Amino acid sequence: MDTIKKDTYFWQGNEACAEGAMIAGCRFFAGYPITPASEIAEHMAKRLPQVGGIAIQMEDEMASVGAVIGASWAGVKAMTATSGPGFSLMQEFIGYAFMTETPCVIVDVQRAGPSTGQATKCGQGDVMQSRWGTHGDYSAIVLSPNSVQEMFTLTVRAFNLAESYRTPVILLADEITAHMREQVTVPRIKSTKIINRRKPKTGERAFFGLEEIPPMPVVGEGFNVAVTGSTHDEYGIRSTADPIVHRHLIGRLNNKIQNNVNKIADFESYNVDDCKVGVVSYGCTSRAIYETVEKAEENGIKIGYVRLKTLWPFPERIIKRLAETAETIIVPEMNLKQMLYEVERAADGLARTVPLNKIGGGELITPEELLATVEEMERNG
Amino acid sequence: MAETFSVRRYLRDLELPFCQGCGIFTVMNTFLRAIHELGHKDLSKIVFCSGIGCSSWISSPYFKADSIHTPHGRSLPVATGIKLLRPELNVVVFGGDGDIAGIGLSHFIHAARRNLDVLVIMVNNMVYGMTGGQVAPTTPFDTKTTTTPYGSFEHPLDAARLAVTAGACYVARWTTAYPNELRESVKKAIKMQGFRFIEVVSQCPTAFGRRIGLKSAKEMMKWFKENTISMEQAEKQNEEYWTEKIVVGEFIQRQRSTLVENVYKVIKKAQKIEED
Repeated sequence: MDTIKKDTYFWQGNEACAEGAMIAGCRFFAGYPITPASEIAEHMAKRLPQVGGIAIQMEDEMASVGAVIGASWAGVKAMTATSGPGFSLMQEFIGYAFMTETPCVIVDVQRAGPSTGQATKCGQGDVMQSRWGTHGDYSAIVLSPNSVQEMFTLTVRAFNLAESYRTPVILLADEITAHMREQVTVPRIKSTKIINRRKPKTGERAFFGLEEIPPMPVVGEGFNVAVTGSTHDEYGIRSTADPIVHRHLIGRLNNKIQNNVNKIADFESYNVDDCKVGVVSYGCTSRAIYETVEKAEENGIKIGYVRLKTLWPFPERIIKRLAETAETIIVPEMNLKQMLYEVERAADGLARTVPLNKIGGGELITPEELLATVEEMERNG
Repeated sequence: MAETFSVRRYLRDLELPFCQGCGIFTVMNTFLRAIHELGHKDLSKIVFCSGIGCSSWISSPYFKADSIHTPHGRSLPVATGIKLLRPELNVVVFGGDGDIAGIGLSHFIHAARRNLDVLVIMVNNMVYGMTGGQVAPTTPFDTKTTTTPYGSFEHPLDAARLAVTAGACYVARWTTAYPNELRESVKKAIKMQGFRFIEVVSQCPTAFGRRIGLKSAKEMMKWFKENTISMEQAEKQNEEYWTEKIVVGEFIQRQRSTLVENVYKVIKKAQKIEED
């Protein structure tokens, strides 16, 4: 049995994520049960051994990312999946993966928090944690799917970005996209773009510098690689007191992402250059946008939107473009204004940003609610 | 004629950071001597994992080998990922008592339960040495440390006996005063499969000894020697002996199906079911 064949499938979001991971080449999964992400672990436990991979349930979420990082250094693409409470526990190792430039994918299927919160109900409260959750100066790559199809395609992209930039990538899903069922089109594997990390040539030693994205060896192949979460030089040797080594390392680790924002940041946009009211949304909340646009246009409102497929690095440029034409930008979110201020910053005073927030009980922001805000903005400006 | 042993063969050309009189020198030397006596000319078939603390620096980055220096207490999860995907490599974990039996204790118990194929060498100095001498889960009762200025009020953990209960295949405890026995244990354990655990009670004159009136490595080792009893002796005594004395010897040696064996059996099973 091989990875899934080209066809259309009727999948749950979590299932699509697991199949996408395997298409991308993931052959190791470690996780800890948590609602609403458990189906990813269950699907991996069933499917990975069939394709010669390994899935293991660890003792907690820290151990899960730890095993994933070990697998990555053993030369294998690896993933874990969790929800908010587990994502909090994983922050330690997310910083470590960033610092040691270990490619891996971490799925956070968001639920309503803080703490245990509402385990089975949707939320978008981990947006800022996904960007700033671990300590120290770092840059995160965070993707935001809004359909079951994207649970598949963005998981593949998450692996490709992790391998390209040698960094952990977070798929910030939510309970709605993870639990609903939709049709998914799986393309031919040969036409799917799969990126693999660059390996060093014999004799190469600088696995942590000299180049923006250095090559990554596999343990046991004679490279004598020293991997550490402490500040280290280009050769992996710990250097815990030298300011230059630290500035150099942290500078490069951040730059390799910040210098490539335009390649990484992805979005869907509509009518950004000719609208009076703009909407910036992401994840399950963005599903209300299509009907809202249709109804608003019927009412003669000039509306445009940007749907973020990458939350971090933040696609500033397109937001600024939207702000140049729109008078107001509405930011609907299932949290208490986490992305609002980022939009406001990118809009740079060119448009007024308006929040639309709803939390609890897994209740989505409906097209009617979004439309009402759009109409109010149209009327009152 | 056999080649003479030199630690330099196995070390990177870096200055070692350990304090004068530290037991880590003995552990490092003894481990590498065992490797030499087993005929390994280099460390190319071993991957080292370690956490945070002085003893986690034994392998990282000083050993001329692949070494992964993980967050505090998390060496065993990382070792799990490596070993499962590169079963042909020997995975050795170094850590201190704080790293393995404190913050990383859950991983330790579960790795032993799963019978993960790794050798764990825990250097037990009974204190958090790197951070300046705070109480550890292994600190003897009523001992003064920087965070127990009136004497510790907690009972210490016996990690070796815990490893036996949790399912390890090989468990031994020695002190730095027993380098020969330690070397033989390493030689035996490194060739075995499954979870293997060697605890080395080791002196930290800097952060521990001087606060309990033992100012040098020599005085600390004298204290170890006077307070050490063998497994055989301890078994004849009552339970208090196990906490009041340092019990040394081989605690267990047994065979159980290992994690690597079992995981690869499952892959075969899954593929067979799929074909049928």
